[in-house]
Amino acid sequence: MREPVVRLDRVSRTFEGTTPVHALRHVDFTLEAGEYVSVVGPSGSGKSTLLHVLGLLDEPTDGLYFLDGINVSLIDDAERTGLRGDRIGFVFQDFHLLRHRTVTENVMAALLYNRFPRRERRRAAVEALEKVDLGHRMDQTPDKLSGGERQRVAIARAIVGRPSLLLADEPTGNLDTGTSESVLEVFDDLRIDGLTLVVVTHDETVSSHAARQVYMVDGLLSESTIGRGTR
Amino acid sequence: MMNSPASIVRPHLAFRDLVAESVTSLLARPGRSLLTILGTVLGIGAIVATLGISKTAGNQIVTRFDALAATSVTVTQRNEFGFFGPSQQTVNLIPWDAEDRMKRLNGVVAAGIKSNVSADGRLTRSVPINDPLAQTEFAINLIAVSPGFFDIAQAELRSGRFFDEGHSSRADPVAVIGRSAAQRLNIDRVDHQPAIFVGDTTLIVIGIIEEVGREPSLLDAVVLPNGTARKLFQLNGIDEVQIRTEIGAAQLIGSQAATALYPNEPNRLRVAVPPDPRAVKGAVEEDVNALFLVLGGVSLLIGAIGIANVTLVSVLERVGEIGLRRSVGAARRHIASQFLVESAAMGFIGGIVGASSGVLVVVAVSAARTWTPVLDPWIPLGAPALGMVVGLLAGLYPALKASRMEPVEALRAGL
Repeated sequence: MREPVVRLDRVSRTFEGTTPVHALRHVDFTLEAGEYVSVVGPSGSGKSTLLHVLGLLDEPTDGLYFLDGINVSLIDDAERTGLRGDRIGFVFQDFHLLRHRTVTENVMAALLYNRFPRRERRRAAVEALEKVDLGHRMDQTPDKLSGGERQRVAIARAIVGRPSLLLADEPTGNLDTGTSESVLEVFDDLRIDGLTLVVVTHDETVSSHAARQVYMVDGLLSESTIGRGTR
Repeated sequence: MMNSPASIVRPHLAFRDLVAESVTSLLARPGRSLLTILGTVLGIGAIVATLGISKTAGNQIVTRFDALAATSVTVTQRNEFGFFGPSQQTVNLIPWDAEDRMKRLNGVVAAGIKSNVSADGRLTRSVPINDPLAQTEFAINLIAVSPGFFDIAQAELRSGRFFDEGHSSRADPVAVIGRSAAQRLNIDRVDHQPAIFVGDTTLIVIGIIEEVGREPSLLDAVVLPNGTARKLFQLNGIDEVQIRTEIGAAQLIGSQAATALYPNEPNRLRVAVPPDPRAVKGAVEEDVNALFLVLGGVSLLIGAIGIANVTLVSVLERVGEIGLRRSVGAARRHIASQFLVESAAMGFIGGIVGASSGVLVVVAVSAARTWTPVLDPWIPLGAPALGMVVGLLAGLYPALKASRMEPVEALRAGL
């Protein structure tokens, strides 16, 4: 049987302080390869923390996290960084594109740190940009692009390294309804290609694209089967 | 299991990619990068120009060194102080044959002795003219010299001749007078052997000095042979011995002269030698260097602070970029090394531009003064290296700060 992409086993994340914040409380969560999951919930419920833990940007204070079957609690900081660069793609609400680089260079930046062969970077970037329908924008700088186009550049950057897991944090938060739709269509295409996707959002429309939805309230995660698709 | 832990790829950044990323970042803000390196350019430029100019000038001192002064040695009698004040200088330590003794030393070109003769208030006049309105008697200095002294003083005659050893040994009542003295005494030719009177003593003028290279006091004096001065004016001691040496022999002669003149107690004589040209050159280089190297160092420090400042600002501006790079797999050391390479590159470019402008300054100054520019070859080569080190040091703190940022916070903070 194939190993799940993500398995969280009673994962907690507590931020120490004068009043400790329990961002995640004993979360159990399994994500099979090819799943498209949305995480919804009010702000401050721990959605972003969940995403950071999944993306190896943050470490659980308790519990076990297996990514592609690797127990990431047992590996050191450098290996976690390597795993992140190799197997995880991020899409952020505010795009995080490098202002002075062309669209292609922005996508290629994701291949700098994971021993991707230098000669194939450009070809891979072009391929990823064509997948998000931006083959005609490759030599422009991000400031010439619309919001939706920028977010698609960010998606191209996230998928260019063929990650195991794509994490999107409010990917349409800075976009209007029309452009949001183009981004969501890209996610649908990626889902068809078999990419494993986690989208954090508070937008019902966005959430409804996912086959599986999970809710977070006060650091507690609960499954729901209510949604457009089926499991 | 599809992926085993062994297949974890450790984060890696090829050096070529590191340099490319850093240079691209610098070129993204060319104006700011240029302004940032300005301090380093000034600092390195000042240092290179300083070292070059002092070297060039130091070299120049050797060639332009006053050959006349560099070959002169003077021996005088040391002023002696007893318990009861200055002792009477009754003892003459310098022998009357000092000129011969000096000329026997190897390296001596010319030597002569000179003494001021006390006139005891006697005035000097020429053949009396009964002009009640004009002054006819003057207090003119009497100077006794050995014949060699005219050579030392580079004296040129208007007319007549110098006296020689014969005049001195016979104590002939002859004199050579300077052109100012001649004018005062109304003497302009010597072919009729004009006589002058110092008090009651008659002297025949045999020559008039038109010009001297040194010892301008001769121009307004009555110059007597030593022997004449001793016999007629009771001269009993020599004031000074002057020696001209071969070029480069001044130090040697200076060490020998006192012993040759007064072997018993040579250190009772005072020997004045010119400063050693090598020492002068070194001293000039040191003076110039010390001052301007401090200035160059200060501007370099300011340059370093400038780079540190701008790199720090740039780190704070690029927090989002740092977060993004961490999210695509950059390790802390990759973030640090990118900022370090950026600041080192700025220092390096500053070093190159600074060294170039420094060399230009040296060449320009040399051209303006028709000097030969001299520069140690390691300076233009070492300057960019120095600039790079300065840049590296300046980037240390900002780079460390950048690498310590937590990716989650960096992503949240910046765009």
